[in-house]
Order: sequence, then structure tokens, then C-alpha cells
Amino acid sequence: MTRTATTSTTTGSGSGEPLLSVRDLSVTFGRGRRAFAAVDQVSFDVRPGQTVGLVGESGCGKSVTSLAIMGLLPARGNTVTGEVMFDGQDLLRLSQEQLRERRGSELAMIFQDPLSSLNPVVPLGVQVAEVLQAHKGMKSGPASRKATELLNKVGIPDPTRRLKEYPHQLSGGMRQRALIAMALACEPRLLIADEPTTALDVTIQAQILALLRELVTESGTALIMITHDLGVVAGLCDQVNVLYGGKVVERAERHDLFSRPRHPYTGGLLASIPRLTEERGRRLNPVPGSVADNIPWEGGCAFAPRCASEVEACRSTTPELEPDRDGLGPDRLLRCHHPLEENPLDDIRTHQPEDTEGGPA
Amino acid sequence: MLRFIVRRMLQAVLALFVLSVLLFAWLRSLPGGVVSALLGERGTPESAAALRAALGLDQPLPVQYWRFLQRALEGDFGISNGVYRGQPALDVFTQRFPATIELSIFAMVLALTFAIPLGYLAARRRGGVFDTGSIVFSLVGVAVPVFFLAYVLKYIFAVQLGWLPPSGRQDVTINATHITNFYVLDGLITREWDAAWDAFKHLILPGIALSSIPFAIIFRITRAAVIDVMDEDYVRTARAKGLRQQTIRVRHIMRNALIPVVTIIGLQIGALLAGAVLTEKVFAFTGIGQALALGFELRDYPVLQVLIMMAALIYIIVNLIVDVTYAIIDPRVRT
Ligand SMILES: Nc1ncnc2c1ncn2[C@@H]1O[C@H](COP(=O)(O)OP(=O)(O)OP(=O)(O)O)[C@@H](O)[C@H]1O
Ligand code: SF4
Ligand SMILES: [Mg+2]
Repeated sequence: MTRTATTSTTTGSGSGEPLLSVRDLSVTFGRGRRAFAAVDQVSFDVRPGQTVGLVGESGCGKSVTSLAIMGLLPARGNTVTGEVMFDGQDLLRLSQEQLRERRGSELAMIFQDPLSSLNPVVPLGVQVAEVLQAHKGMKSGPASRKATELLNKVGIPDPTRRLKEYPHQLSGGMRQRALIAMALACEPRLLIADEPTTALDVTIQAQILALLRELVTESGTALIMITHDLGVVAGLCDQVNVLYGGKVVERAERHDLFSRPRHPYTGGLLASIPRLTEERGRRLNPVPGSVADNIPWEGGCAFAPRCASEVEACRSTTPELEPDRDGLGPDRLLRCHHPLEENPLDDIRTHQPEDTEGGPA
Repeated sequence: MLRFIVRRMLQAVLALFVLSVLLFAWLRSLPGGVVSALLGERGTPESAAALRAALGLDQPLPVQYWRFLQRALEGDFGISNGVYRGQPALDVFTQRFPATIELSIFAMVLALTFAIPLGYLAARRRGGVFDTGSIVFSLVGVAVPVFFLAYVLKYIFAVQLGWLPPSGRQDVTINATHITNFYVLDGLITREWDAAWDAFKHLILPGIALSSIPFAIIFRITRAAVIDVMDEDYVRTARAKGLRQQTIRVRHIMRNALIPVVTIIGLQIGALLAGAVLTEKVFAFTGIGQALALGFELRDYPVLQVLIMMAALIYIIVNLIVDVTYAIIDPRVRT
């Protein structure tokens, strides 16, 4: 668990062809007049070994995006369009059985609430071993030996005993570690973590993030990190997609995003990270308003009602996601008529992580 | 687990004790009473007093209860003073109760066999034709009185079509050996296959009638539970793990969905015994129904006491089994 990663082949920024390529992914709930696009034309790539963040407030479509990629949306009541290319195949066009074979083995997911995500009436060992049995054709003996190894690897002490226990007998952090063990059991090539630390208290959050970072670096697994917390992004992600109202509004490498946020919403999110210099539990500059103030993207910017930089065009023309005109850093995309010119918080660096490992230069 | 079982057993014994006290007091408080029933018109105050003394009824209630308890613990529930006069009350029980139990078990097995898979299917096809049809069917199942359904079944399948016997537990022409008084079981033990088969045929119609209510209730509980469980995060986790549909269904959905079903089974036992009494009447099935009715009329305390106490004992035992099953399925209740 404390091995250091060999960084030669697994640079944090990822390299080569994308492993996952999401193109114009849209998810609409309901039909006709009541139709509502929870995810609207979202595109992004994830390369092997890369960690990509999806960031945004509650309701912006982060979970729906990840569930659509995994094929886990409810069978009825929604329409999914676009492409999710994984290893040369469009996941949206696979049969249920083909998708099942990939889930858990090549694509894995960790969910937000570890307690409700574990089956309360099945021993932990079975819940870990069943992944191996389903995908590796292991019998229960070898599978549970391997499960012991996995629990050990994710830092659960006394794994032999823990395997016989039930979720309610474990602490929150331990449950999340167990879920990570299940997700990593078959060494997936892509891991989606949907707010994996939200339900945990702060010290445990840090431990879980450190564990994820370590495992991902060690195995070269690509990671999609979903969070509403830019603090998590700061510690983990190579590239960040900021989502608002189902659309990507800004994309940048982590370092660029923190040093020069361009979208007013990103600026607001950055300003709302609690800082050490501040009174605990208080947010200095939260983004004013809430998602409830959203207006549709048609004929304007959905963020306009909450935006301090609003200009006239914002209420008449939908901004497009385009390469940042000011050419700040490579691969920057921005959806805004009037981007921020200066970092609203120049003291932002006080809580930026040590930029020494894993990040882009 | 063992501690859990022991604790539940102690609770059961306590419950049984309280019940015996209540039952004893209640029976003794009924108007009329054994003395007037026995003496009838001829009773004089003197003869009544003498009889009362002979039966120990002149003693204070606690003393009477204490005696009853002492004897009961030795298996002596007294001698019937009703229609079965002269027979030990316990024999009335051992001869008749197996019929009721056999019928109830059969009805319960029938209900479970159909209600659980159908409940699962209805939940998976929520809102579909099958689902709607099953709900209507189960509503009818609860709404139709058991004895009416029993008459209809008897009329169609026994009287009109002649497919199944209309009454009794076994054809009189079959000279079967009876060991346990569970006729199907007896037939199997003694390898008298035709006797077992005949007893089984006699169970079918009353069994269907009796299973209608538990079927409907278990069906609906299963359906509702499966619908709830399917939306649980851990089922989504199971799908995210790429498990086979079969594993998801059995290990992740049904194991959780069966928890409320198991609870309901325990609660249904009382209703089942009550329904059995009615069904037995229609099919002239010699269980405890008739014995209870006659016992009440004639204030046959020993018979009533043994029947009711045993029914309660069985109710408690079944619920104990249910609780243990519950604890096996749901680790959270073991502590
Ligand atoms: N099954 C569903 N049916 C209808 N609407 C849905 C469904 N699932 C999600 N939504 C809607 O889609 C939108 C995006 O939801 P999503 O769960 O992706 O948000 P999120 O970004 O993950 O938020 P959070 O941080 O709260 O998890 C929300 O407005 C939500 O109400
Ligand atoms: S487009 Fe206009 S309203 Fe929308 S974020 Fe940019 S400045 Fe604000
Ligand atoms: Mg979410």
C-alpha cells in the first residue's frame, strides 16, 4: 500500500490515444414538452492513466453523465444520444450482455454513499468475490483468497475477519475502501468515481483520496473523478471539465484552471473553497443563487441570472464551447461571452496543492 | 445467533404463560359455565355446589389455575366433558389438530410457491398488463370470503366436474394406516402411496380456498418489496459490477425483498388457522374447527384450553422460526 509508483509509463497526465471518448452525449428525461436535458451535448476524452474531473454543483448532470457511460440509467423514461467510444466500441450501442461483460472488468464505478451502495444482507467477502467470479471465472475458494488480498491492498486491517462481516459492522471509510476494492478487483482500465468522499468526514476523505490516487497511479487506470468540490480536483485531477446546467462550460488542465479561471462560474467555485485562513465552516464567496435559478440554454446563457460578468449577448445568444480566444494554455475550452480577465482570487495559491507530482508541468 | 434464539425462546415461554392466564380467566368468566351445561334442567343449587366442589371450581381462581398449570405441564389437560366425554382432552387435540396443520401448511406452501415468483415478475413489469392483471386478481383474492370461495371451488371441481373429492380427508374405502395423523405424511411413511395420493387430492380444493388470502397478501408484499429494492443503490452497484442477471436477482434483489415477506408469513399464521376453521366446515374436513365450535357450546373447558393453547403454541413456534429465518436473512437484527 505504501509503494511508490513507477512513474515512467504512468505519468499522471496520461498519454496516447483516448481510452474513452465521449461525444455529444445528451440524456433527456421525459418526453415532448416536459422533456428535460439533464446532460446536454457533453464531450470529453480520457486517456489511459489520466484523471479527468467533472465538476459542478448538485444537479448539473454529473451522475447522469457517469451512469450513461456505464449504461446504468433506468431502463425507461430517458433518451440517451451521442457516442461513448471505449476501446473502439460505442458503449451506447452494445447489447446488455456485451455491456455486462465490460462492467466490473474493464469499466468500474464507485458511488457516493458507501453504506447504501453495499448490500446490507450479504457478507463483504461475497460482495468482493462475486466480481471475480463473474468476470474471471474464479471458483469461490480462490475468489475469496483474492478478496482478502484486495481488502489488504485498500488498507482494511484484518481482512480475513472483515470478509465475514456485513456492511453495518464497518465504519464509513472502511465501507468506501471495500467498494474501491470491488471496483478495482478486475483491474479495470477506466474507473468512474462519483463523489466518492462526500458522505465521509474530512480526515477520512483525505485518506480515501490518497488511496485512490495511489491505486490509480500504480495501475495506470484512467479515472473520471466526479465532484462538486474543487479541493478534490486540486489534489487529484489532470484535466477538469466544469459543468453547468448539463453543459461543459469550461475545460482546462488543472494548473491552468486554478491559476486562471476564465468562466465566471469557475471563478465562483474557486472562491467558495474553504481556506485555512478562514473561519472554519464558513464560505467566503459562494456562487450567488442556486441551480434553481437556471434558465434554459436556448437563446442565452443558463448562468446569466447568477452571473456578475453578464453582458447583453448573454440573454440573447447561447454561448458555444470554443477554444479560449486568449489562448491561455493548451486545450482550453470555454463557453462564455465575457470571460474573467483576472483571477478573482489571487491568493488562490495558498490552498493549491504541491504541484510536484502527477500534474502537468 | 444462539443468544438471539435463546432470548426469543424465553420471550415465547413468557408469552405463552401470559396467554394461558388470560385464557383461563376468560373461559371461567363466560356466562353459563360447565356446571349448568352438565346439569341442564335438573340442576338444583345443592347439586350444582357439589359438582362444583368435585370439579374444583369452588377454589379461588389462582388455585384453580395453579392446578391446571401443574397438570398441563405433565401433559394432562383433563378429561373432556363435552361431546368427547371421557376422552382425554389432549387426545382430541392430537387426533384433530394434524388435519388443520396439514391443510394450513399445504395452503401456505401453495401461496408461497405462486405469490413470490409472481410478485417478482409483476414488479419487473410494473404497469404492464401482467402486473395490472395480477393486482386485480389478488384484490379479488382478498375480497372474496374464504368460505364462499370454498363453496364455489367445491361446486365446480368436485360436484360438477368430479375431478376432486368434495369432502373428507381420505376415501373411506382406503384402509390406511395412521401414525402421525398427518395423512399424506402417514401414507409416505408407510409407503401406502395410494393413501398418500388420495389424502393429497383431498387437500387440493380446501388448500386452494385457504391459500387465497395469504397468496394475495404475500404477492402484494413481494411486489412492493421488489419494486423498492430494485431502486436501491446496492442493486445499481451489483449491476455496475457486471454480475449475471441471475446473481443480481437472487442475491441482491430477492434476499432483501424477502425480509418483509418473511415477517408477513409469521403474521399470517393466525389468519390461516382461523380460515382453516371455515374451510374445514365446507369440506367436512375433520380438523379442529368442529371441535372448537362444539367445545364452546358445551363449555368443554379442557378441550377448549388444549386447542387454544396448542394453537397459540404453534403460532409462537412458527413466529420463532420466522424470527430466526429473519435473523439469518438480515444480519442487522441479530444483535
Ligand atoms: N431518473 C431520473 N429521472 C428524472 N430526472 C432525473 C433522473 N436522474 C436525475 N435526474 C435529473 O437530472 C439532473 C442531473 O442530475 P444528476 O444526478 O446528474 O446531478 P449531479 O450533478 O450528480 O448532482 P449531485 O451533486 O447532487 O449528485 C437533475 O436535475 C436531476 O433531477
Ligand atoms: S455567457 Fe454571460 S452570463 Fe454566461 S457566464 Fe459568460 S458572462 Fe456570465
Ligand atoms: Mg450525483
